Amino acid sequence: MYEPKMKLTAEQRDILAGKQGEIKAKIMETIVMFGDIFEAPRLVPVTHHDGHLVTSFGIGLLKPLFKTMDRLNEADIKALGKFTVDPRPLDFENVKVNLLERLVFSKILYSQQKRYEEQLLKAGLRDEKAFTCACYLDEVGNIPQYGDVLSWAESSAVVYANSVLGARCNRNSGMLDLFGSIIGFVPEFGFITDEGRKSSWKVIIKTTRTPEAQILGSAIGMKVMEDVPYIIGLDKFIGTELDENTRGYLKDFGAATASNGAVGLYHIDNLTPEAKKLGHSLIKEDAKEYVIDDEELERVYHSYPIMWKKKEKEGNLVFIGCPHLTFKQINDWTDKIVAGLKETGRKKVKVRTIMTTAPDVLTKFKKTPKYEELLSTGVKVSSICPLMYTNNPLTKVRRIMTSSNKLRTYSIARYYKDLEILNYLVGKAVN
Amino acid sequence: MKEFKGRVIAPGYFKGEAVVSRQGVNTLATFQKSALKNAEEVLVSDQNNPDIYEKNITGKALCLPITIGSTTGGLVIQTVCSMGINPACFLFSEHIDSLAASGIVLARIWEDSNVIAIDMLGKEFLETVQTGDILEVKEDGTVAIL
Repeated sequence: MYEPKMKLTAEQRDILAGKQGEIKAKIMETIVMFGDIFEAPRLVPVTHHDGHLVTSFGIGLLKPLFKTMDRLNEADIKALGKFTVDPRPLDFENVKVNLLERLVFSKILYSQQKRYEEQLLKAGLRDEKAFTCACYLDEVGNIPQYGDVLSWAESSAVVYANSVLGARCNRNSGMLDLFGSIIGFVPEFGFITDEGRKSSWKVIIKTTRTPEAQILGSAIGMKVMEDVPYIIGLDKFIGTELDENTRGYLKDFGAATASNGAVGLYHIDNLTPEAKKLGHSLIKEDAKEYVIDDEELERVYHSYPIMWKKKEKEGNLVFIGCPHLTFKQINDWTDKIVAGLKETGRKKVKVRTIMTTAPDVLTKFKKTPKYEELLSTGVKVSSICPLMYTNNPLTKVRRIMTSSNKLRTYSIARYYKDLEILNYLVGKAVN
Repeated sequence: MKEFKGRVIAPGYFKGEAVVSRQGVNTLATFQKSALKNAEEVLVSDQNNPDIYEKNITGKALCLPITIGSTTGGLVIQTVCSMGINPACFLFSEHIDSLAASGIVLARIWEDSNVIAIDMLGKEFLETVQTGDILEVKEDGTVAIL
């Protein structure tokens, strides 16, 4: 038996010793050994039992994942709560592919999708609509409370939960997210502790207008990497209340900090819950400073490499919604596209466009007249993961445009500001 | 010969060739192509990492600061270890990151892998070691550049 360095309770020791079976012992050993590497003094209870898993795709290469899931299922081991999981990689109905792509996607790349989804359901997946990266949206309802300890992965969900909701979660890897949700404990280190939530960067916003969320997040992520930034001056533009608009902004901002860097928690002066409660006492004495003005944002924006093979050509596919759009965001996009097309006299958007949102948001949106209005512009709505879609050699020949900095980072999609994308779609000059 | 001492994450003895990345190694991007092809060796597929792009890292000592990228990183390390195409050792100059740590632990516990991992070898280690150097890694976390 592994001899832990951290202090365990009698119950935890019993699990480690195999009193609840061999599989649970291995799960406990994994969590304890992982915590020991970070010198965690003990395990603490997961207080929000509804987990969120990063691994939603039955990608053939992850054979050990399916083997481990089989072992969990055979031993009838389930998570304590009902978990959500990242979006599905495929949606042939709304995201059309050619024959060869369909073959590669379903028979080679994601050949294990059906099997894996069955395994997830047996282990405690909430339901077949639980596939979204934005599990914390009201319509989805996996919403931790302030101070809750979580066992989540998916970097954009973790940074949102830590920063906007004030929950406590480390940047976990896939598999560890599920193990913590099963065993009900996580090691106490990093963002779980008060000290780990303090900022070693003071970021001062000196722009003349509201910074583009995705570029601001990217700039901060690339500068601070895995550190915690405390952001001063942003409340002047986005307010001091976490309303629908602000939450949407912070979702996109946070995803960019997490993917362009490795940020797991940020504080925004006068806005996010811990900054409101604890203010500048969250900033470490020796914190470094980063000033962001209009010029700096433009510098960052123009630093992104263009990975398309034919750089001089226009885009031929647009993805909007990584992370998945909020209900407000998809409504706003619809209004802007419809108004823009009216202005330019076009009936349809200029290029194939896919907006992505959570299945529960899509269900709600379909009940409104705006859904048909959006479809009539030629836009398709899906709950796919754009990252998973672009994650194969065949889609790399496409010239994908996106206003997601996360998608830009993990694929060869080219980043455009929201307004640039809108202008392109409705047939105006991009800039 | 120059010696460095790190912290043992997963012990073992190794003598062999180093492959060095001065920048963070994107785990998914590095291993994905080889793992998908069921290849017998990993030729690094991360175009954004010129230090190790297209280099064979199977059975070698991968010297790096930390790993970066998708939170599937741990699972990917576990996968390549289960396929037996992993680097024999991961030698981190900094404190191991949570994704790599997960991968090493998953590989050792769930795949009975003998993968070796040493962290906190220091900045000087990564500045000194060169791709192609022969390294000797000992159970106590000593790494010698021979």
